[in-house]
Amino acid sequence: MRKKKVLVGMSGGVDSSVTALLLKEHGYDVIGAQMKLWDYADVGGDTHKDGRCCTTESVTDCRFVCDAIGAPFYVLDMTKQFRETVIENFVSEYRAGRTPNPCVACNSEIRWKTFLHKATEIGCDYIATGHYAIVRQGVNGRWLIRKGIDRSRDQSYVLWGLSQEALSKTLMPLGEMHKSEVREIAKRHNLRTADRPESREICFVADDDYRRFLREWEAKSGRNPEPGEIVHTDGRVLGRHNGTAFYTIGQRKGLGIAHPTPLYVQAVDVENNRVIVGDNDTLFRSELDAAQVNWVGRALSDEPFEANVKIRYRHEAAPATITPLTESTVHVTFKDRQRAITPGQSVVFYEGDVLIGGGVIM
Amino acid sequence: MKQIYLDHNATTPVDPEVIEAMLPYLRSGFGNASSVHAFGREAKVALENSREQVAAFINCQPSELYFTSGGTESDNLAVLGTAYELASRKKHIVIGAAEHDAVLKPAEYLARDKGFMVKYLPVDDDGFAPLDRLAELITEQTALVSVMHANHETGTIQDIRALAAVARKSNVLFHTDAVQSVGKIKVDVKELGVDMLSLSGHKIYGPKGVGALFIRRGVKISPLFYGGGHEKKHRPGTENIAGVVGLARSLQVAERRLESDGNHISKLAEFFIEDLLEKVPDCRLNGPRSNRLSHTVNVSFEGVEGESLVLSLDMEGIAVSSGSACSSGTVDPSHVLTAMGVPAVAAQGAIRFSLGRSTTREDLEHVLDVLPPIIERLRAMSPVYNNQNE
Repeated sequence: MRKKKVLVGMSGGVDSSVTALLLKEHGYDVIGAQMKLWDYADVGGDTHKDGRCCTTESVTDCRFVCDAIGAPFYVLDMTKQFRETVIENFVSEYRAGRTPNPCVACNSEIRWKTFLHKATEIGCDYIATGHYAIVRQGVNGRWLIRKGIDRSRDQSYVLWGLSQEALSKTLMPLGEMHKSEVREIAKRHNLRTADRPESREICFVADDDYRRFLREWEAKSGRNPEPGEIVHTDGRVLGRHNGTAFYTIGQRKGLGIAHPTPLYVQAVDVENNRVIVGDNDTLFRSELDAAQVNWVGRALSDEPFEANVKIRYRHEAAPATITPLTESTVHVTFKDRQRAITPGQSVVFYEGDVLIGGGVIM
Repeated sequence: MKQIYLDHNATTPVDPEVIEAMLPYLRSGFGNASSVHAFGREAKVALENSREQVAAFINCQPSELYFTSGGTESDNLAVLGTAYELASRKKHIVIGAAEHDAVLKPAEYLARDKGFMVKYLPVDDDGFAPLDRLAELITEQTALVSVMHANHETGTIQDIRALAAVARKSNVLFHTDAVQSVGKIKVDVKELGVDMLSLSGHKIYGPKGVGALFIRRGVKISPLFYGGGHEKKHRPGTENIAGVVGLARSLQVAERRLESDGNHISKLAEFFIEDLLEKVPDCRLNGPRSNRLSHTVNVSFEGVEGESLVLSLDMEGIAVSSGSACSSGTVDPSHVLTAMGVPAVAAQGAIRFSLGRSTTREDLEHVLDVLPPIIERLRAMSPVYNNQNE
């Protein structure tokens, strides 16, 4: 029987390296690929930072790992698609006063579309990634995403946008492993990526300074952020902001206002070019609306249901009632009020460790 | 898995005879050709002997031949060296629209940073440059015309003799990048009438990292490097003796085999093209049927992305490239094909098969077996192809 072929998306980190290795050991015909998503020339920032995807060092690391495990390795240029679907969206979301999740957009639009398409074109049966999440077909026939068993690493949150079709062609061998085991395996096999530092934040914002990125990106198209007023919820004008895009809900630092009590961004009012600040207490809300909803663990139904709901990557899922409104929108009512519900961020519903679905907070 | 190498325009294996010729200069004959002692003398003799051999091969004087690190350096030296030399008087150059990046990029640099005007000599559907257009593009200000001899992607052999004559008539220097043609067809700088000509070792079964630039006596160019007095200050740097010996020997071998290789490969290529066009619908040969380096077979498969085809063939042990090897890794259609008016969809699906001395009919038959089902699979997934044929 022909071996099943799998295209492994590699970043140059330890997780994707071990993913490739494990699949090879499990008898798959493994092909490694790094998606080239952006150029330093375009995105700016520190080009010598370690542990980043899309640097020449990380390409070399992938190359060496693939060579060591006996897999071909290719670099696939997807800069154009990435710019059009992820970076442009990232910028326009901030411009609209929202706080985007570019990794979610990248997974839905690049990895599980462009990359998966390329994999199928070159004759692969699957794609694989080093995400800490479990993909498996449930008894109801649907493809399910479960939280990775290493809960501190669980990455299911960024995967809510995947279609059933995409999931049926996906392997994530690290979902049932702990990070320490992954590092252990890498060390045992002498993979040169064993001690790579964690990649963090947003890959194309190399210096983790998204404000610098926005400023430079917008300047290229002749857009300059417009300064305006910072206004307290009680109506007092407290200071000036240097562009609404540089503020996000819940933010406390960098407001440049001397005030007897701590101030937090409550809302970004693009229409009136104002940033609204106030006390921590007023940041709590018990309801949200979400759009672009994708159902994973269950098919669309009209019935409200209970779930645990995450409103950002590092958020303890909180019990709530989900009420489907239309095919792609829902209303979420939390049992307890949640701090800093932020438009643009992903909201993801879980039953136990099973991801039911997700959407974008309105 | 059987490995079939059909990417000889990217590079070639070093001929065993060339390796043998080089080895003494990596071992006991390691001297620096600038040294006065016995070690240096041995190296210097080898260097000048190689120069005479290479010069004889392209019919120039040894004193007109300068060794470099390869085709890219030779091209840069010709384009930038001429531009720097003449910049105070002439700030206009004309280059072919289908040149290799080693000529295109220095020209772009001159335009961007050095205030030069760069004009592009267009090519027709087969990649040939029209003579009358060249005459129109040349001005009083023109410092250099650079048009390649044989194209790396399509194999189109340009009528350099006629183009150079046009430049000569206007007293404009003419350079040709002959990296692909040297060793495959007769290259004689006098017959071609060029002022400068680039060649490279590794395209002709010689080593990588060595090449040469012919600069006709009387032509003055500025160096790109500064250092010692090597290569009459045109190219400072301790000479790569083993490399130039290898280059010279590879040309000797090529000269000996020129006719038999040419016949063998053109027969194979003809068979391959005929069979391919018959077996696979909606594919086309890019470039002319004649006046083409016959070993270069550039084919567009409509509705197929070249990159996916290259990867799929690689997984079957078949080495080919989409566009030139240097531009692989980008999905932009090749500028060479675009210049030839190949529509973007067809240019995206272009694959270059380049045959070599070791290519056999069995190799090509194997490719002809493996290729059609891959094309079918890719087309089945292609929105472009399916829409077109509905």
